[in-house]
Amino acid sequence: MSLNNEFKPKIVAFCCNWCSYAGADLAGSSRLAYPADVKIIRVPCSCRVNPMFILRAFEKGADGVIMCGCHPGDCHYSTGNYYARRRMTLLFSMLDYLGIERARTRVEWVSAAEGVKFSQTMNEFVEDIRKLGKNVRLEDLRCRN
Amino acid sequence: MQELVNRAKALLADGTVARVLGWKAGEFAYDPEPAFFETEEDLKDFVYDGFCGANLSKYMIEASKLEGKTLVFLKPCDSYSFNQLTKEHRVDREKAYIIGVGCKGKVDVKHIKEAGIKGIESIVGADYPNPAETLEIKTLYGDKTISYKDAMLERCHVCKGKDHVVFDEQIGESADTVDAERFAEVEKIEAMSPEEKFAFFRAELSKCIRCNACRNVCPACSCRKCVFDSTKFDSAQKANTTSFEEKMFHIIRAFHVAGRCTDCGECSRVCPQGIPLHLFNRKFIKDINTFYGDYQAGEDIEAQAPLTDFTFEDREPGQFAERG
Amino acid sequence: MQRIGVFVCHCGSNIAGTVDVKRVVEAIRTEPGVIHAEDYPYMCSEAGQQLIAKAIEEHKLTGIVVCSCSPRMHEATFRKAAANAGINSFMVEIANIREHCSWIHKDVEEGTEKAVILARAAIAKLNLDTPLQPGESRVVKRALVIGGGIAGIQSALDIADAGYEVDIVEKTPSIGGRMSQLDKTFPTLDCSACILTPKMVEAAAHEKINIYTYSEVEKVSGFVGDFKVDIRKKARYVDSTKCTGCGLCQEKCPSKKAPSEFNRGLNTRSAIYTPFAQAIPNVPVIDTENCLKFKTGKCGICQKICAAGAVDYEQQDEIITREYGAIVVATGFDTIKLDKYDEYAYSQSKDVVTSLELERIMNAAGPTKGHLERLSDGKAPKNIVFIQCVGSRCSDGRGKSYCSKICCMYTAKHAMLIRDKYPDTNVTVFYIDVRTPGKNFDEFYRRAVEDYHVNYVKGQVGKVMPQPDGSLLVQGVDLIDNKQIKMNADMVVLATAIEPDPSVRNIATMLTASIDTNNFLTESHAKLRPVESPTAGVFLSGVCQGPKDIPETVAQAGAAAVKAIGLLAKDKLTTNPCTAQADILLCNGCSTCANVCPYGAISYENIQINDHGIREERRVAVVNNALCQGCGACTVACPSGAMDLQGFSNRQILAEVDAICR
Repeated sequence: MSLNNEFKPKIVAFCCNWCSYAGADLAGSSRLAYPADVKIIRVPCSCRVNPMFILRAFEKGADGVIMCGCHPGDCHYSTGNYYARRRMTLLFSMLDYLGIERARTRVEWVSAAEGVKFSQTMNEFVEDIRKLGKNVRLEDLRCRN
Repeated sequence: MQELVNRAKALLADGTVARVLGWKAGEFAYDPEPAFFETEEDLKDFVYDGFCGANLSKYMIEASKLEGKTLVFLKPCDSYSFNQLTKEHRVDREKAYIIGVGCKGKVDVKHIKEAGIKGIESIVGADYPNPAETLEIKTLYGDKTISYKDAMLERCHVCKGKDHVVFDEQIGESADTVDAERFAEVEKIEAMSPEEKFAFFRAELSKCIRCNACRNVCPACSCRKCVFDSTKFDSAQKANTTSFEEKMFHIIRAFHVAGRCTDCGECSRVCPQGIPLHLFNRKFIKDINTFYGDYQAGEDIEAQAPLTDFTFEDREPGQFAERG
Repeated sequence: MQRIGVFVCHCGSNIAGTVDVKRVVEAIRTEPGVIHAEDYPYMCSEAGQQLIAKAIEEHKLTGIVVCSCSPRMHEATFRKAAANAGINSFMVEIANIREHCSWIHKDVEEGTEKAVILARAAIAKLNLDTPLQPGESRVVKRALVIGGGIAGIQSALDIADAGYEVDIVEKTPSIGGRMSQLDKTFPTLDCSACILTPKMVEAAAHEKINIYTYSEVEKVSGFVGDFKVDIRKKARYVDSTKCTGCGLCQEKCPSKKAPSEFNRGLNTRSAIYTPFAQAIPNVPVIDTENCLKFKTGKCGICQKICAAGAVDYEQQDEIITREYGAIVVATGFDTIKLDKYDEYAYSQSKDVVTSLELERIMNAAGPTKGHLERLSDGKAPKNIVFIQCVGSRCSDGRGKSYCSKICCMYTAKHAMLIRDKYPDTNVTVFYIDVRTPGKNFDEFYRRAVEDYHVNYVKGQVGKVMPQPDGSLLVQGVDLIDNKQIKMNADMVVLATAIEPDPSVRNIATMLTASIDTNNFLTESHAKLRPVESPTAGVFLSGVCQGPKDIPETVAQAGAAAVKAIGLLAKDKLTTNPCTAQADILLCNGCSTCANVCPYGAISYENIQINDHGIREERRVAVVNNALCQGCGACTVACPSGAMDLQGFSNRQILAEVDAICR
């Protein structure tokens, strides 16, 4: 089996600085492997994630986008993840409405202590995306058939 | 209609208002347009009938900057937009004298043309306050008819009701014209497979010519400078048809007005390509109502908008994700 | 255009083991803005930093990208190095190619490819970086200590001794906490009250310490150095400035059926009460739920007999608003509820008690005046069984997964004290493991076994069954002899797991301090910053951070105090310049951003604007940079994109997205 033939999804993970990014660091220092397809962008808080960023990722060919933040109630800025939760709920529902499979978008709350959860989440997510295959839809939204 | 003109004249004459914002007769029977009237003389062109669908609220943003009050005519559904703009500090309630004008459903020539009626010379039956059940249309190809209901705007089939949420005085009666389920179209799309959904929206959005009519008419798109014209996002790249903004325009716009859109339906009304743009906004409205409780933008100035609010128990975005 | 230098660290073999560092250097040389790139075994070393400084000077760099470990590790190091070399410290971006790359990938091909992409994203972001200047904020020279147990008292004393004002907020009527409920302390067996009371008195008498008992923190705003806290001082219905603490009211109070909180409900107290004799302040409170005056309007005896005229039924809760530079959390613990452990018959028999209840029973001021007796019939127990790990180290979800840490030692203490005072009593301890790490701890435990002949049985108790004759049948297993044990006991003591006091959840939310799944407050770094919360200016003292015994608590309380003192000693703090900024030409003044700002940092002003020739007065958002903490909630809420976050701007994040999705 050659690695080159395998579908390598592009996956963008937005991680809040205080919990999830630290959770990813812990996954790293605990050597808890997850696929290299996941690339992390550090944001101060999940509430910094503008739906535009996610649309941009899909438009540029991302196959999946995941946003990670502090657990509800644990936000470093106290309320940021509550706003993020509503925004992402609505955005992902809209993407689903446009025909972007639900499994291509995900929100997971990962604390600084949850290296294991971070790694597991990423493994699961990549697996889901690999099953779905390449995402071409949003790039292609305004082209004639 | 004469009552509206008389009242406007009186308010101009006694100095209560400096100008009148209303509808002016167009070139044809079916295309009245929004207009400011500053004198009694100007008001001879004033018109109010079934074709006056245009929502005048957004014009009050500029009118709020002018000296003196502006008399504005708002239909029940337009009053929601005005309220929403007040809430966002975009219009000045003190600068407006609002006459809540009655409405019995608005018709649009687009629907008449869709019914195959071409070469229209005149239309009879769209009068207010007593519209006919059937519009009688003289065309180059003979007399035609269409029922008032069939010519009605989509938004009137899901009418918000007869009540104005803001006004200084009210003139004329209204009729509740609801005869369709508000979220039926959205639900139909939701039931499709991902492939069907995408095919549907791609077909619709591919018609878009990016004329910006939807944005320019939208009372929620009231930004001084739109993100699509701003260098602060990489979204202002007008010339580039493969760019981000070209593809994502309608989705970003829908998200920007989510929780602020009153569902006035102006976007769909003005789209020259006939794209059912309200389907984006209404999807958000449906989700907001389902997830966070019923919310009607513009209804209550004090209400916290759903996207600037939260509860500890809000549903998780992943709650409806099916894994595997 | 930036002049960017990229520095790729090997981190010994930590990075170089799975990332071909040389290839990363070559791959990013052609990225826009990059004019210099090199690698080095340890970038964070003195030599590595010098190499960066040299490159900055030589190539006139305007910004640097360091591909190394997590920015949480060395971002500060490299920012300082950049500043020393003469460029703005915010013109530094870190590509995390260790924690997020080399350490989790095994394949060099894969690791290298990802490292290149992460480096590209950092370069793309740096291309849009602008120099930022940190601001300054003040430090209020006063500390708040939440919780008046031994942890809070010790922290307060240490801070006060350093010369700073301290307020202690304690929710119960007296300071003292759990330690005041203990009888003797391990491993020296000195009397708890004898060592605690002097500390309580010292705190109360300290000129820099101000104690608010029967008070709770209600609201916290602000940030490190400048917190603003609302304290609810609950109505005591006794004027503490008048009360002489004579105790007559408690004696005469006709309502004496309220369960005594201090004695864990084992006996009762009057409706007007001080929790215990050494209470500080020695001013009673009226418990309105049990007071006849409040319940029926009749009575009023305490007011009538109070010679000082201190009883005031009209007293109201009072809100005190004060400012603090630092906050120490010392909210302590409670024992878990035992409703999920019905097999031990705790709810069925009065003779099954928790260890904390036993402390009260053994204490001279307790419900039995210190005589060891059964609460059901007052008889002296001849056979006592201790059950360890009740609710601790639990994997079935009923209790806590962690070890409560103190139970092995206090059980040995209890066993020893009982054998010492009542040598004819048989004591059996069922244990899973006996954990005695600590100075003189194992010696102490061995004394219990060897000198006092306490019967230690390795094994668990399956069931405790009350018998018709009043005794308790204990069924367990002896894992060493591998046999079932059935024995009769007169008393069973449960070493009940401890958990953070439930009030901590609320306090953590107010402080935006993070807590773990067990409600213990999270420390900033498990090893290197164990007494600091990740929320700046908040320090952790005692069991609110994790189970610990008294010496550890006192040590940590001192450490938390030192950290607080270190903060209070500063006159100014530099503030994070990564704050929100509103572009006044784009702002609609719609107020959406202010609605989502958790810090009240956004206000609106009507200002004269010149927008490309249009001169008009507009309502626009203004961000107070001292209050803004840079979360970015406003930037997304803003419909026109007028609000942007310095250091994490829309264009920067979009550039990162583009670099990753390229």
